[in-house]
Amino acid sequence: MPEVLLEALKQENVILRMQEDIKRALKKPVSERHWVMVIDLRKCVGCSACTVSCIAENKLPPGVVYRPVLEEEIGTYPNVTRRFIPRPCMQCDNPPCVPVCPVNATWKRADGIVEIDYEQCIGCRYCIAACPYSARTFDTGRNYDDDTPEQFEYEMTASFEYGKAWPRDDGSPIGNVRKCHFCLHRLEQGELPACVTTCIGMANYFGDANDPDSLVSELIPQTNAIRLKEEMGTEPKVYYLV
Amino acid sequence: MGKTMQRIAWIIAIIGFLVGLVGLYQFLTVGHEAANYGSYVPWGLWVAGYIYFIGLSAGAFLLSTLVYVFRVKRLEKIGKLSLFTALITLIAAMFLIWLDLGQPLRAWRLIARTNFRSMMGWMAWLYSSYFVLLVLELWFAMRRDLAVCGNEPGFKGALCRFLSFGRKDISEQAVAQDHRVLRILGTIGVPLAVAFHGGVGALFGVVGARPYWNSGLTPITFLIGALASGGALLTFITAFWGPNNNAKERKDLLIFMGQIVLGLLAFDVLLEWAEYSIGLYSSIPAEAASLRLVLFGNFWWVFWIIHLGLGVVVPLILLTFRGRSVGAIATASALIAITFISVRLNIVVPGLAVSELEGLREAFTGPGLNFDYFPSTMEWLFFVWVVSLAGLLFLIGYNLLPVVRGQKEVI
Repeated sequence: MPEVLLEALKQENVILRMQEDIKRALKKPVSERHWVMVIDLRKCVGCSACTVSCIAENKLPPGVVYRPVLEEEIGTYPNVTRRFIPRPCMQCDNPPCVPVCPVNATWKRADGIVEIDYEQCIGCRYCIAACPYSARTFDTGRNYDDDTPEQFEYEMTASFEYGKAWPRDDGSPIGNVRKCHFCLHRLEQGELPACVTTCIGMANYFGDANDPDSLVSELIPQTNAIRLKEEMGTEPKVYYLV
Repeated sequence: MGKTMQRIAWIIAIIGFLVGLVGLYQFLTVGHEAANYGSYVPWGLWVAGYIYFIGLSAGAFLLSTLVYVFRVKRLEKIGKLSLFTALITLIAAMFLIWLDLGQPLRAWRLIARTNFRSMMGWMAWLYSSYFVLLVLELWFAMRRDLAVCGNEPGFKGALCRFLSFGRKDISEQAVAQDHRVLRILGTIGVPLAVAFHGGVGALFGVVGARPYWNSGLTPITFLIGALASGGALLTFITAFWGPNNNAKERKDLLIFMGQIVLGLLAFDVLLEWAEYSIGLYSSIPAEAASLRLVLFGNFWWVFWIIHLGLGVVVPLILLTFRGRSVGAIATASALIAITFISVRLNIVVPGLAVSELEGLREAFTGPGLNFDYFPSTMEWLFFVWVVSLAGLLFLIGYNLLPVVRGQKEVI
């Protein structure tokens, strides 16, 4: 077996390591956790598996997407290359979406995640306009089986966002604004976000930035770590390795 | 001419109301699914319609304060008419924005759970106060006339008697007392109207993510636009529904109002020039992108033909060179008032219709996940319904309430 592969086998499994990181964080009080995501763009192949797994995990209807993968074309033909940038919610430390909400339906949690209270949101969509990353989408109530004679049961299955069952009847989150929440419901059970476990290139890292021993704490200080629209002062909690 | 115009207005309002009912029905049965606004362009025709109507209301109201606060004698006779116009346009605005909510039944939370760090939170309180103030002011302005028309037989008399709440005093002292109250209410109303309409401007102005909106000039542009469009609407209404028992007085009044509208329109164009020239010249790509959409995008004609041509150039020519002709003043005012919806659309949509991140447009597709917004049939029909509803409320109120004194029965 080639030397490189043997070397690779000796390396620890990053998924297992991150799971340990999460378990350690969960032992601390909520206010001492600070969830961050790190995405290695050099490893991203633009397969959109994270986008799809997110849709499956959160039972997202048509028109609602939490984590599209942006595609940028660089250069002019014939010297063209592409860059892929997965874009979850940035869970900004200074989130522009929060102060604009007229009814306090969205806020920054102590662990860093920007939460939406579906029962409180009136669907005015001011937060969508205020987000510089287009991370918020509006659930108009569409289903995949619209315009078909039958309503399928899978359409009605509940999503479990924020640790609560949200069956797809006529109530919330229909008529609400929705966005990525780092799979908070999974995190609180000690599981990694769906996009992280699905990534085929293991380009996605997740953990507690408030723990010096976590994997993400090792990655964030690297000189090649950047954040999107840094100049806006939003202090995003999603880092990209370039 | 007055009666014919009024008849035409009735016919248009009734047809619009009936046709628009289809849109209302579609909204009530299908909901936001039938709309073309969505996730990337979250606000569309209804939000533009809302700031359009709320601007008309603020403009008409601020002109009423010229009568009740600043005692401008020449406008005295249209005091009630301007308050009434302000009330009707406020109702239309509230209707549009209410059903624009994803959860309309939760609207009460805007008051019960207000976040005062949000401009929209402030709006809820300011509009509520403004609504109460308008109703009170209109009542005090009409009180004497309600007492008088209470003596009429039939339904109108009964309605007047009911609305006068038993106050029948029409002595000069009682009327003077009403005017004192009106002056106090109007004085409260001036900062209130500036706050709520400047506030709507600020609602857009504070959004740092949208460089097209994010300017200190935005609230000011909103206010001047409100005065210009509201003033124009009131002038048009005065031409056909205003006091007309003295031809010379009517003409003088309309010429005076035409001059006010001309001044406001010129000021509005100046502010627009400031916004557009600075925005295009500077190197903020997102702002220039929005402006390019306005000027050269798919809907370039909304700016060049509807707004600049019909809403600015033609009225400017009419008001400058035919400023003493009642017909020209009425036409110019109608053009300004009606085409101002294009200004509002060109504020709301182009601010949103530029992608915030490169590659987002192609990243993931689905209903509502696109940047090319054009209102759906349901959106148009519901908008037509609200406009017609406002028209009908105006015509019914105008015929049943003593909104104008000195309207002689003509042809």
